Amino acid sequence: MSSIAKRLQHKAGRSTLDAFAAVGRFAALLVELARGLTEWRVWVPRAFDEAYKVGMGSLFIVLLIASFAGAVTALQAGYQFTGNIPIYVVGSLVTESVVLELGPVLVGLILAGRIGAAYAAELGTMRVTEQIDALESLGRSPSSYLLVPRVVACLVMIPVLVIFANVVAVAAGWFAAKQALPITDQDFVYGARIFWRPFDATYSLIKAFCFAGAISLISCYRGYTTKQGAEGVGRSTTGAVVTSSVVILMLDLLLAKLLLTA
Amino acid sequence: MIEIKNLAKRFGAQVVLDDVTLTVNEGETMALLGPSGTGKSVLLKHIIGLMRPDHGQVIVDGLNVARLKRKELAALRSTIGYVFQNGALFDSMDVHENIRLGLTNPEQYADEAFVAERVQQCLKIVNLTPEVAKKMPADLSGGMRKRVGIARAIAGKPKYLLYDEPTSGLDPVNADIIDTMVKRLDTELGVTSIMVTHDVRGAFRTADRIALLTGGKIVAIGTPDEFRNSTVPEVRAFLERDFDNEPI
Repeated sequence: MSSIAKRLQHKAGRSTLDAFAAVGRFAALLVELARGLTEWRVWVPRAFDEAYKVGMGSLFIVLLIASFAGAVTALQAGYQFTGNIPIYVVGSLVTESVVLELGPVLVGLILAGRIGAAYAAELGTMRVTEQIDALESLGRSPSSYLLVPRVVACLVMIPVLVIFANVVAVAAGWFAAKQALPITDQDFVYGARIFWRPFDATYSLIKAFCFAGAISLISCYRGYTTKQGAEGVGRSTTGAVVTSSVVILMLDLLLAKLLLTA
Repeated sequence: MIEIKNLAKRFGAQVVLDDVTLTVNEGETMALLGPSGTGKSVLLKHIIGLMRPDHGQVIVDGLNVARLKRKELAALRSTIGYVFQNGALFDSMDVHENIRLGLTNPEQYADEAFVAERVQQCLKIVNLTPEVAKKMPADLSGGMRKRVGIARAIAGKPKYLLYDEPTSGLDPVNADIIDTMVKRLDTELGVTSIMVTHDVRGAFRTADRIALLTGGKIVAIGTPDEFRNSTVPEVRAFLERDFDNEPI
């Protein structure tokens, strides 16, 4: 066997082992989280603090981006739906696009950057400066002090942010449509209602909940398993954002396939 | 008593600890000397269960640390104070809250009056003023951070104290202050201590016995006088500070 083939084989073997090791570490983190949940006296007050940081800290940027997304969707819909397509379809398209896709996915991607990076950097820094070891040495569970509050905060607050984003995006789309297109309030509301199913809101929240789980678990995992100093913290932070974003897009596809095409 | 029996640990191909055997008696202060990167901190982390051995045992008060269940390990850890190399203070908490975390008894931790009194006691023991309690770790100097780290380690009145390089990165004056404090704490609190260091002078000032760890093995152990008069080549080389000054 040539040396290149041997090297490739060695690399493939090493990558496979690393992947299995990562799966093992992630599973161990999930077990730690489950154990940490039992210490509710520790994590509940910290979860409130984290929820405030996630919710209030992200509200402005989430609403800003949601309002632009809603307005642009309305304007592009108006641009495309000329001729025989009734104008009230703009209402349908804005509402459905925002609730089914834009709201949860945009919020998810924004928070993968904002919260995911923050969690990975915070936990990574705590790991390399031995703060996590210090917690353990004091007989405390890093899971209930550091991980559970962050995951719970995301699982609660990200769906709330998605609800706000959906409402603001639809309102912004409505406003933009009225300014730029020959559409009345009645047209917009009629269009919004005609294709609306109550399940759409549920679907939006299911997506938000899944994205929240992905962002919090991936960023906590990357931060918690950080190695090798400042460079390692940088790698964990970048890795958390990239992996969370990719997983959000994969979940988006998977959930659409599972819940919308059945 | 802390007993380390045939302890071995490797990271990948690198052997860090190779069949280390060491006993630290009740009330004793043991200095663990050795050049940087020889596994001194790794040894300490095995004692408190932050790392698991590949081979061998660490026995504290008759308990095999690696075999303990979570609650048993937490209970054992409450008897051990660990002073980290750079303090490892929690950035997001002020000094008061950092020291409070050292109170491993949940009832004491929840008792605000007790906490306030104990935090002040601990600050006094490590020669810091009461005002320091309100400061954040980022506002402290290196020496103060180390002292707060010691205050946190002693807050729960541990039976054992493990110091990981308590004087590294400090100027000689602050290093002497810390050494004196370590000696005083060991006498006043009656704890059993292990101090990991590469500061020979500090080890001679504070320890009842000194062990030299190099190449993953304990190559010499004895009282400061025995150590000073040792003919073991590694000891001679270390005392003459040849370890880190090999020709480039």
